[in-house]
Amino acid sequence: MMRRITPLLWLLFSAGGTVAALLFPVHLFLTGLAFPLGWLEAPNYEALHRLLTHPVTRLYLFVLISLPLFHWAHRFRYTLYDGLQLKHLTELIAVLCYGAALLGTAMTAYLLWTIR
Amino acid sequence: MSTEPHYTLYHPRWYRRRVSVWWWLQNRSYTAFVLRELTSVFVAFFAVVYLWQLRALAQGPEAYAQFLARLKTPRFLALDTVAFLFVLFHAITWFNLTPKAMVVRLRGKRVPDWVIVGLNYAAWLVLSGGVAFVLLRDR
Repeated sequence: MMRRITPLLWLLFSAGGTVAALLFPVHLFLTGLAFPLGWLEAPNYEALHRLLTHPVTRLYLFVLISLPLFHWAHRFRYTLYDGLQLKHLTELIAVLCYGAALLGTAMTAYLLWTIR
Repeated sequence: MSTEPHYTLYHPRWYRRRVSVWWWLQNRSYTAFVLRELTSVFVAFFAVVYLWQLRALAQGPEAYAQFLARLKTPRFLALDTVAFLFVLFHAITWFNLTPKAMVVRLRGKRVPDWVIVGLNYAAWLVLSGGVAFVLLRDR
């Protein structure tokens, strides 16, 4: 089974890497640094909530959160194999990594689906 | 007897030098490689922060205020600073690698690497501006 889905996993890795490269720096800079440090004023609840009612925002957030999680799963798997020499735990590591990405995706989908 | 040959079952013990877990500290390009691989951890970290923000927004104004307050704690400011540097490193290495992963041909000629890299950086600039515009617009 692993061999069959490897191209898909690689595609998710590469799509997620592109999303993270293009969009994470600006989001992380604003949400993680500029807003908390008071360099810029954080958007208020109403403004963000209004944004979230739009289907395009929901689709955007789904892509923004889910794909980079799969990027992490794929890359981190190999980091563990090579960096920590855990080749013998291949299957366990794969299940944990992709499982976590799937869980995060399911949570994102659930929240975006039920938010009102 | 099974028909499958058991090549690995009775092989003699190979001589293999044990490689230290810190092999990547001995050489600068190995270190850069491992740091690049580690960027994925910070990518995942921020994806989870955004998921957390989404949950706060779903729960209501108090939860969102709590989320904003938590991000102001020194622990999160330190984590976010480190994460920002790693995510930048990811973005730069990712853009610079694209021409190696993707060869584009136009009218039979290979598009030069710097054009592909340049387009990536241009897209990065435009998208970052767009995101900033939407998040900073009305409040």
